[in-house]
Amino acid sequence: MMKLYRALLRLYPASFRAEYGDELCAAHRDRLRDSSVPLLTSIAALFETLWAALAVHLDILKQDLRYAARTLARSPGFALTAIVVAALGIGATTAAFTMIDYVLVRPLPFADQDRIVKLFEDHSFIGVRDFDVSPGTFRDWQQNAKSFESMGAYRSLSVNLIGIGDPKRIIGSGLTAGIFPILGVKPVVGRYFAPEDDRETSQGTAVLSYDLWQNDFAGDPAVLGKKIILDNDAYTVIGVMPATFYFPTRDARIWTAMRFRADAFEDRTDTYIFGVAKLKRGVAIETAAAEMRAIASQIERAHPKEMARVGATVMPIRDDMPNQSRVMLRVLAAASLCVLLVACTNLANLLLARALARRKELTVRAAMGAGRERLVRQMLTESLLLAITGGAIGVLLASLSLPLLVRLVPVYLPIADVPPVDLRVLAFAAIVTIATGVGFGVLPALRVSSDSDTLRERGGTGGRKERLRSALVIAEVAGSVVLLVSCGLLVRALWRIQSVDPGFRSENVLTLRTSLPIPKYEPNPRREQFIERVLSETRQLPGVTGAAYISGLPMVQGGGIWAVEVEGHPQPLSERKTASLRFVTPGYFQTMQIPLVRGRDVADSDRLDSLFTAVVSESFVRRYWPDQDPLGRRFDFGNATRTIVGVVRDVRVRGLERIAEPQVYLPYKQQKNVGFFYAPKDLVIRATVDPASLTPALRRIIRETDAEQPVSDVHLLTDIVSLQTATRRVQLAALGSFAAIAFLLAAIGIHGVLSFAVSNRTQEIGVRMALGAGRGNILSLILRDGVILAALGIAAGVALAFGAATAMRALLAGVEPADPATFASAIALCFTMTLFGSLLPALRAVRVDPVTAIRSE
Amino acid sequence: MTDPAALLPLPPATFHILLSLADEDRHGYAIIQDVALRTGGELKLSPATLYRSIQRMLEQGLILEPRDRPSPEDDDERRRYYRITPFGKSVARAETRRLTQLVKFARESGFAAGKA
Repeated sequence: MMKLYRALLRLYPASFRAEYGDELCAAHRDRLRDSSVPLLTSIAALFETLWAALAVHLDILKQDLRYAARTLARSPGFALTAIVVAALGIGATTAAFTMIDYVLVRPLPFADQDRIVKLFEDHSFIGVRDFDVSPGTFRDWQQNAKSFESMGAYRSLSVNLIGIGDPKRIIGSGLTAGIFPILGVKPVVGRYFAPEDDRETSQGTAVLSYDLWQNDFAGDPAVLGKKIILDNDAYTVIGVMPATFYFPTRDARIWTAMRFRADAFEDRTDTYIFGVAKLKRGVAIETAAAEMRAIASQIERAHPKEMARVGATVMPIRDDMPNQSRVMLRVLAAASLCVLLVACTNLANLLLARALARRKELTVRAAMGAGRERLVRQMLTESLLLAITGGAIGVLLASLSLPLLVRLVPVYLPIADVPPVDLRVLAFAAIVTIATGVGFGVLPALRVSSDSDTLRERGGTGGRKERLRSALVIAEVAGSVVLLVSCGLLVRALWRIQSVDPGFRSENVLTLRTSLPIPKYEPNPRREQFIERVLSETRQLPGVTGAAYISGLPMVQGGGIWAVEVEGHPQPLSERKTASLRFVTPGYFQTMQIPLVRGRDVADSDRLDSLFTAVVSESFVRRYWPDQDPLGRRFDFGNATRTIVGVVRDVRVRGLERIAEPQVYLPYKQQKNVGFFYAPKDLVIRATVDPASLTPALRRIIRETDAEQPVSDVHLLTDIVSLQTATRRVQLAALGSFAAIAFLLAAIGIHGVLSFAVSNRTQEIGVRMALGAGRGNILSLILRDGVILAALGIAAGVALAFGAATAMRALLAGVEPADPATFASAIALCFTMTLFGSLLPALRAVRVDPVTAIRSE
Repeated sequence: MTDPAALLPLPPATFHILLSLADEDRHGYAIIQDVALRTGGELKLSPATLYRSIQRMLEQGLILEPRDRPSPEDDDERRRYYRITPFGKSVARAETRRLTQLVKFARESGFAAGKA
């Protein structure tokens, strides 16, 4: 019984136990002796001890906190530095964690999201695993796969909403009836699609996003049953989804029933939908993937021509995200850890220096009977106090930085844009804070308390602490080298991309979109009429030097490709190479200032009843007729045989970072059986005046041409080009600020170590000077120490940085991870930092007066 | 810590411990027994509460551990004894005054003993 009680006493702080342990035991023994029910007394003792131990701990904590607050208030400079350093480290880590947790880890807001998968055609032979699916293939999957509870399909949608205020263009998605039940989210008002809504003959039905309902329908519950017009077709509103529902992307604001037409299932190459399915309980995703592969090979056997080598991909819905985002978030996490590490190192250094400065006080306290445990505990309380204050500010910093960081979240994720700072984040921040406090507190505390034993005998400072502090500085320098190199490589990548010639001149060009709805604009003449009227009136606006229409702007629309067959060289469809297909009006090249290298532009006289012509890019010529005259050559493209009449320079259709297919431009009047997707919709206007000032006039022209036609996507072409590098600039800003923080911290660290060394060596320096050492000797003595630290840190940092750079290769846009210029600049920067960090202490050493220095002994 | 009033009001356990030490030095368990006796079993301090109070009272200078031990016949070699300090006495007096004053106020408000 007494043994148990003694064990219970371990709950008390050691100092208390040492003082009163025996007394407590004796009193407890007496009490047991006097007690009539010893068992009850023992149980009571258990609870009493628990309570009292907690209270004693709190007593000490209060005492230590008061003491810490007092001592910190006496050195506000130190306290402030430590808090700022902790805040930066914890803030950076918390922000990075929030993003990663939000984008990569946290479950999507769907019921049973673990079992929800996305299904794609697997076109690995061209390097694309997540290819769109044709309705026919989807139907085969749906009918044959046994691994899934249910399967649905969606397509992206971009429609003109008419009849509610100004006509407007909205993004949405066409869904089969199976999708909503799979996602398991219920509408807040009304219902979602029933199978009866999803038949070819069904009336159109639409479900609104909460946002659309609130903004355009005033949140009116009577919206149910309301008729709306989407691209000329009538739809009945049947439901509203909750505000937190995003599918398939964040910007989707309306959903309509898919209503496949019977002929949609025929063409296997008409791929425009994506599959979503829910795994049966207990079915592993690998099993489902194997089954889907088997089904895909059946389909390949049934359609050997169109479906050659096409497989099926089953992907957890969480993983449908571009690799670059993933890599970037990891880089962010690594960078934030680096900053935290540097911050902790710096704090440890600060505290160590302070503890050494306070060693007299500590020796006195130890002499007065304060045990090692009490001293360590007191110092830990102090570091925790600093860390917690820093942590609170850090969380604030993190939540302030989130609006910048969210721009790293791709829009095509089905989640809200700003991650909430929730309990998980706060819990994480708390853990980091405590780890930081203990991490940077415990080392100096142990150091000093062990010193306090030896100090009583020796009274000097040993070389060991110097070595420890130096090791900490080396770690800091290494950390900042890693961050500087990573950052430098991203800068190089950005420069490389910014220097890429897009192939056109973007200055002074305004673009806007008029997506003409079908069937209203299905007949070619109606479309041509609209385009001609808009263009001719636009060209008359003062200051306009060029205006033209194109199917899809480069960089805005990357896809839209077609297989090419050169006349006289028949090839099976699956082996034909593709080219980008655009219909343009005359004047497009002149407006965009894409140089015409040979031949002529498309012309108004290129009509359905005349020769089918084409203007092609130089890369197209190089692919099929290298070193030959391309003019007059013929090829099958866009469901007709086209004759080359002109050659233009290449354009970066798929953006600055990707190689695009060769381009083929066709006259807008020679559009036959190509699909409405390719109809011209983007208007480009070059002006000598500020192009943005033309917007009202352009809107008026379009309204007068067709009052129901919405105008969307009004942008400056320069903005479209700079959007290409927007994500990178955000990445760079995030990583750059981390690197800057680490750099600054490392400089503070070096300065701190050397200052301390100088004040410790004052006497030595005095003696040296007295013996005739010149100021130069002393200067180089101190600087040498700094340079050695920097060199060691840089050596370690360079090795680590190379590893880091290799890991982030995906973000480097072709810049080599071992890029010598970047490494050289990072090394140079670090040396400069060392010199600056060492300069002040070195100057102080030079100013040492030998007489005073020696006398102080 | 020279002003006794700064420590008022005293926690009941502290006050009782001071009262128990008023006439003689006692060791821990003796204090527990004395307090129990004095209050007719109303207040039974646990060792845990007692020593937490003792620690604080030592720090506050209300009591001390005397170097000189009690007369040999009373001395229990293994035990630590506690003695009230002059400061402890003045704090106890101050607390007594405070309580007396309180009782006086209570009387004036009609809560006289046997009346209320």
